[in-house]
This record gives sequence, C-alpha cells and structure tokens, in this order.
Amino acid sequence: MRQKISVNVNGVPRENEVEPRLLLVQYLRESLNLTGTHIGCDTGQCGACTVLLDGQAVKSCMVLAVQANGAQVRTVESLASGDAYHPVQQAFWDLHGLQCGFCTPGFLMATVSLLQRNPNPTDAEIREQLEGNLCRCTGYQNIVAAVRSAAEKMRAAPAASPTPMPAGAGGE
Amino acid sequence: MFAKDFSYAAPASLAEALALLQSQPEGEVKLVAGGQSLIPLLKLRMTEIGALVDVSKIPELHGITDDGDGVVIGAATTYFQAVNSPLVQKRCPLVIQAVSQVGDPQVRARGTIGGSLAHADPAGDLPAVALAVDAELRATGPSGSRSIPATAFFVDLMTTALQPAEVLTAVRFHATDAPHAGTAYVKHRHPASGYAIVGVAAAVWLNDDGTCRAAHVGITGAGTHATRAAGVEQALTGKRLDDATLTAACANAADGLDLMSDPYASGEYRAHLTRVLAKRALAQAAATAAQR
Repeated sequence: MRQKISVNVNGVPRENEVEPRLLLVQYLRESLNLTGTHIGCDTGQCGACTVLLDGQAVKSCMVLAVQANGAQVRTVESLASGDAYHPVQQAFWDLHGLQCGFCTPGFLMATVSLLQRNPNPTDAEIREQLEGNLCRCTGYQNIVAAVRSAAEKMRAAPAASPTPMPAGAGGE
Repeated sequence: MFAKDFSYAAPASLAEALALLQSQPEGEVKLVAGGQSLIPLLKLRMTEIGALVDVSKIPELHGITDDGDGVVIGAATTYFQAVNSPLVQKRCPLVIQAVSQVGDPQVRARGTIGGSLAHADPAGDLPAVALAVDAELRATGPSGSRSIPATAFFVDLMTTALQPAEVLTAVRFHATDAPHAGTAYVKHRHPASGYAIVGVAAAVWLNDDGTCRAAHVGITGAGTHATRAAGVEQALTGKRLDDATLTAACANAADGLDLMSDPYASGEYRAHLTRVLAKRALAQAAATAAQR
C-alpha cells in the first residue's frame, strides 16, 4: 500500500505517495527527477548514490524512501550556487578528480560530509573516509588531491564556502 | 532492484512496536533500524517479508548511559553515535576499536549497534566484541523484559536467542577502563565488503604481578556464528602473557569452530587466520593492560 511521505529535498518540501519498497535513490531520480544521484552497483558497495540524509552521507540505494519521511535530504544538485561551483566541485574540476564522472556525484557528497566531520584530513584519513566510494576509471590519486585542495580552500575562506541549499535547486 | 512488496510502519513507542509484531504472522515481519544488512537482503530477495517495522524512532531504543561498571547503549544507536560518545570512548574502547572498522562511513552513519547484533551476520564485527566483554542483551517481549548474556545469544547462522515477538532494546557492555585491563580488535577484512573474514576481539585483565587474571576472546567470521575461545582463555589464566605462552595457547584458537568455507577463504585458511589474529589481539590487549 502506498504511503504518504514528506521529505525536504535540497530545501524544497516534497510530499509524495510511495510504495514502502521504493528506495530513496529511486524516489529522488524517478519521483523528483533529480537524476544527478547515480545508481551504480545497487548493492551498497560503490557509493555512487551517496546523498546527505539529515546531514550525513548515506548510500541512498540502502535507504527506503519511507525511512526518509520527515528528514532533510541533500543531493549533488544542491551544491552549486547558480554558475558558481561548490569548492568541492571546483577542486574536482581543477585537479581532474574524475574521468568518466559516473561516480563523481557520490564522491562529491561523501567529500562534503567528510569535510564537515574533519575540515583538515590527512591523505590517509581522506582515503579511509572515502572507502565507501569506488572509482573504476582512474584510481584515487587525483580524487585525494582534490579533496585536500577543497579542504584547504574551505578552511581559508569558510564564509565564502557555504553549503548552499537554494530553493528549487534542480529537479522537475 | 526492488524488494517484494511489504507494508511499513514506524511506531513511536516500544509498546506500539510490540503490538505490531504480534499482529503479524510469525516469519512475515521483520524489524529494521538502519537497514544496512536487511535492505540489501530484501532487494536481492534473499529474504521476503510481509511487513517491516521500523524501530529507529523509538525513544526507548536510544541513549547511552553509564551504569557503574558498564555502559548501556540503546539498540537503535548508530555506529557513528557510539563512536562519537565520550562515554563509550572512555569506558568501552573495544566497541570503538571494532565499530570504527565496520563497513564504511556511509554504512556507519545508518547501521546500528542493536541491528548488527540481532542480525548476527557470521562475519559481523560486534558479536565478537559482545562476547569478549560479557555484554548483556536486553530484550522486551509480550511477557516482559529479560536479559540475555552474549554467550547464550548467538545460536547459529544469523540466528539468535531472541524470540519472534521480542525487540532488542539495549546492549550493556562491561567497562574495561579499570587498571590493568586492556582490549583489542584485530580483523582480516574482506577487501570488497569490509566484513571480517576473521575478526578477534580480546579483553585482558592482569594481576598486580603482571600475570593474567582473565582473558576473554571472541571470534567472528570463522564459523557460522561468533563464539568464545574458551580453551585459549583457560590456557592463559595465571600466566605471564609472553610470546611463547600466547603462541602455545592460540595454537588451539580454532578448535571446535564450525568453520565456514567460501571462494575467498577456505575453512583451513580461516582456522589459520583465527590462530594468528587471536595471538595479535591478545598481545595488543595485554600490552594495553600492562600500561594501565
């Protein structure tokens, strides 16, 4: 039986009726048309579907949409402010922290969460904290460099590095 | 992937959850908290259910409290909440040592202490910890509440002593911050899943003269369910925990285990890992105990 859920996604309150078995990632992609969140392995290994649920990075293929009822969800669509990339996005761009880009939305959200927990991680901590995300193209060297660079920039200018949540960000 | 259709309820109280459990045919209903083990099983249709009861928002299942010589952790406490608790950090370092090695940060943000223990995955990390520090698992059912010692909790593959109508509400971990006490968790991790191929939790209490007063060894991953290595523990009591003593005692660490075998690790290899990791965990725990 479909159930009504209310979820705040990227600052926008949403109300939908969903089947209990609907996964959060499918709710975001198919009910809300927020296709920036990717489905990779669909078995909780790869982290491509990582979003922030009440501020913490989670794998949205391992969360039911009904479990997000009443919660705040942030997806990759919320990171940029207009034409200005979030510092984490900019660092991945500048340092080529990607090749095909499929895993990137998950890496970006996991990195945002990582830098909230630890604004000044060592390279070892970056690798350990991103172990829930897999890149199959190009290895992790540039990803680690991008995270390190984003951390430096965000520490240097915290006020200029908001975690924006513009109304109506992305979707539909 | 979609699970078979099921109904979903998120009760706001323990009484409501118990009523929901009883209103469903046995075997048709499952409790979920973080869902990091159960949701993949439902998606893969390795488990099919009629009803899912989400206990993650029940206040009685939350909270971390000191009860004197132990710490009581609400069953729906996430791994992240446990790791970030100063109380757990100070009094139950073994929980921190093991939980910080569970899965990955995304899994630790959702997965719960009680969920891991009730699920009783043969390769889960926490069952070994619960055994090593004589944890007490508190459950409430239609006929009241009871406390189950960890040594009687893990019964078989993904099978615990919990009854179908019972809810695991909290876990009490014995504190190990006393003088001359030390703990360690050592794990050979599956490189893809992060689960323990074998994991060994050790807790050691030394006498003032440095000999072993008691040693507890919990083993996970090797067999169908987590177990204590009683033979190793007995062989160490009263002795100095030097290299030769540990080597000799841990030679028997895999004895009596119902060893699992899969394409990644044979039973023989798991037995070998059990002996090696038991010695490492005990040596680390003893070194910590000697410094306290």
